[in-house]
Amino acid sequence: MQPFSIVSGPAAPLMRRDIDTDVIIRVERLNAPRAELGQWALEPLRGPDFILDQPTFRGAPILLAGANFGCGSSREHAVWALQGLGIRCVIAPSYGDIFFSNCFQNGMLPVTLPEAAVLSLAQQAADGSAVTVDLRQSVVTAPDGTQHGFALDPIRREMLLEGVDELGLTLRRMPEIAVWQRADAAKRPWAVTHPERISL
Amino acid sequence: MAKTLFDRIWDAHVVADLGGGWALLQIDRHLLHDLSGGPALADLAGRGLSVSRPDLCFATPDHAVSSQPGRTGDTYDKGAGLYVGLRDGARDAGIPFFDLGRRGQGIVHVMAPELGITLPGTTLVCGDSHTCTNGGLGALAFGIGSSEVVHVLATQTLRQRKPRQMRITYDGSLPFGVTAKDLALHVIGTLGAAAGVGHAIEHAGPGIAAMPIEGRLTLCNLSVELGAKMAFCAPDQVAVDYVRGRPLAPTGDDWEAAVRDWAALRTDVGAVFDKEARFDLAAVPPTITWGTSPEHATAVDGSVPDPRTLSDPAGRDSWQAALDYMGLRPGQTLCGTPIDWVFIGSCANSRLSDLQDAARVVRGRHVSRGVRAWVVPGSVEVSEAAEREGLPDLFRAAGFEWREPGCSMCVAANGDIVPPGQRSVSTSNRNFVGRQGPGARTHLASPATAAASALAGAIADVREF
Repeated sequence: MQPFSIVSGPAAPLMRRDIDTDVIIRVERLNAPRAELGQWALEPLRGPDFILDQPTFRGAPILLAGANFGCGSSREHAVWALQGLGIRCVIAPSYGDIFFSNCFQNGMLPVTLPEAAVLSLAQQAADGSAVTVDLRQSVVTAPDGTQHGFALDPIRREMLLEGVDELGLTLRRMPEIAVWQRADAAKRPWAVTHPERISL
Repeated sequence: MAKTLFDRIWDAHVVADLGGGWALLQIDRHLLHDLSGGPALADLAGRGLSVSRPDLCFATPDHAVSSQPGRTGDTYDKGAGLYVGLRDGARDAGIPFFDLGRRGQGIVHVMAPELGITLPGTTLVCGDSHTCTNGGLGALAFGIGSSEVVHVLATQTLRQRKPRQMRITYDGSLPFGVTAKDLALHVIGTLGAAAGVGHAIEHAGPGIAAMPIEGRLTLCNLSVELGAKMAFCAPDQVAVDYVRGRPLAPTGDDWEAAVRDWAALRTDVGAVFDKEARFDLAAVPPTITWGTSPEHATAVDGSVPDPRTLSDPAGRDSWQAALDYMGLRPGQTLCGTPIDWVFIGSCANSRLSDLQDAARVVRGRHVSRGVRAWVVPGSVEVSEAAEREGLPDLFRAAGFEWREPGCSMCVAANGDIVPPGQRSVSTSNRNFVGRQGPGARTHLASPATAAASALAGAIADVREF
C-alpha cells in the first residue's frame, strides 16, 4: 500500500451532504476492472458543470465534501473510484463508518474537520489554490496559511504513514489465533457450526 | 463497572488487545454473497492464501441474480460470472453454498437468521452494509469492505477499533397500521442519517421487548441508514424461542449451554452510553420518504418540506437537489401522488410477516391499472412458507407478480430495475439517487403502505384501507 505523508494541491469542493457510495460508484460499474473505475466515479453528479472535469480541479488530489460522506453500501469500489480520479485525501465533517474504514485499507486519508472549516477551505480553494494536508503533523493548511489541526486515531495514522498491510500483520498471529480458537471452542461449544445438518 | 450488552459480546471475542482501543476480534460467522464473495475468494487465491475456517462461512447468491420466475444463474447475464465465481469458489474452499432453488438460498440477512446461522452473542460479518440486520437476534453483526472480507477469509479475525455506544429506548406500543419499518424511518427522519456514525446502537426498552424478532431485524437493518454499522437488541426469551429448532441452531447440551450464556447478554442498570435517544411508539405515524436520503422521511399524510426553511446552505442544497430528482414541489401532499411501481422485498422487509402484512391489505382487491407491483420473498424458506398459506395465489389474483428470492429491485444489480423517471413505493432501505435504477424515484415505506399504494395507484395511507 502506498504510504501517505503530505499531499498538496487543488481541493475540489463537493459540499452536498450525504453523498452515498451508490453515487460515488454505481452498482453496474462494480464489475469493471479496478484501474478503470475512475471514469465512472460520481457518475450521477456528472454533467457539463461537474467540478472534477473543470480545468482547475481535474486530477485534484483533495476532495472537500459535506457531512456523512460515503454513507450507504460497503462497496470498497467507492474508494478505488475516487483514487481513479487522482484523489488521495477527502476532507469532510463526517463519514459513513464502512467507507471510513475502507479508506485506510487503501492508503486514502479521510480528514474530519468541523463543517465551518471545510466551508472556509472550499471558499479559499475555489480558484484552485493549493491546500496542504500533512499527516505527520495532523494539520491541514489553507491557501491563506490558516492551519486546521485534525484528530486521527494514532494506530490508523501509523498505518497510513507506513503503508502497513493489516492482513500481513494478522497472518503473523495465526498460531496465537489457533490457540485462542481452541480454548474458545471449549468455552462456547454452542458456537461451532454443523453444516452437515443441512442437505445442500 | 456496569457493562453494556455490546461490551460483553466484544470482550468475549478479543483474541488480542492491540492497544489504543483496538482489538483483534474472532469472527464467528461470515456470510458470502455473489457480488463480493466470489471476487474476494479469487483475491485470496491470488495472494496464495486459503480460507482459514470454511466451517464458519456460508454462501448464497442474492445480489446479482434475477428474481424472474424460472431464473437460473445466468438469467441476468452480467451477473452470471459473479454467480459462478461464488459457486465454484465456495465449492473449492469447502464453504456451504446454498444454490438457487434450494433450501437456504435467499438474501443473506434473511436466510442466516432463518437457518440458525445467526445466533445471539456471536460476531457475524458480511461484505454488505445491511449485515447489522442480524443484530436483531443479539449478534454483533456488521458490514465490511472487500479488504476486510479477504482478511476474515484468511484469518477468521478482524482488526477493529471499539466504537462509541448509543442507546435508543422505546416506550409504549405501535398504533394500528404502524410497523417496525415506519418506526425505523421515523427514527432516522428525527435523528438524521449521521446520528449513529461511529457508534454501535443498542435498541432497548419495553417497545423492543414487545416486538417480534422480524420487527427487530427490520429496525436493526435500517440502523446503517442512521449511520451505525452495528446495531442490536438484547437476546431475550423471544429471541431464544425464535432460534430454537432452526436447522443450524445448537442442540442438546450445546443448546442448554447456549441459553445459559445468552441469559447473561444484558446491559447493566447504570451502564453509561455516549449518546442516548428515546421514542414513544404510540406517537409514530405510518412513515414514508420524500427525498434521496432515508432521513428525508415524513408521516404519510404529511407534505413535502420546503428547503427555504433550512438555515444551512449545504442542507438546503441537498433538499433542493432531492426535490429536483424526485420531481416533487415543496408543500405538495404525499398521499395521492401517482406511482408506477411497487416493490415488496429486500433484507428490510421480505420475511413472511412482511408478506402477511401486505396480504392483509391486498386480499380481495386489485392493483391499480398502470402500476407494476412485485413481491420478492427474501428466501426459499419464506417463499415456501408463503405458499403453504396461499399467498402467491392471493397476490397474483390481485395483479402482483410473485418472484424468486433475492435482492432484486433494492440493489438493481440484477436486471430488476425501475425505469428512469418512474416513481416507486418500495419496502427496501435506500432511496439514494439511482438506487433502484438510473433516474428511478424511490419512496421507502412499510409493506402495508406499499400494498395500499399499489391498490390506489398513488401513495396511500394504509389506515384508510
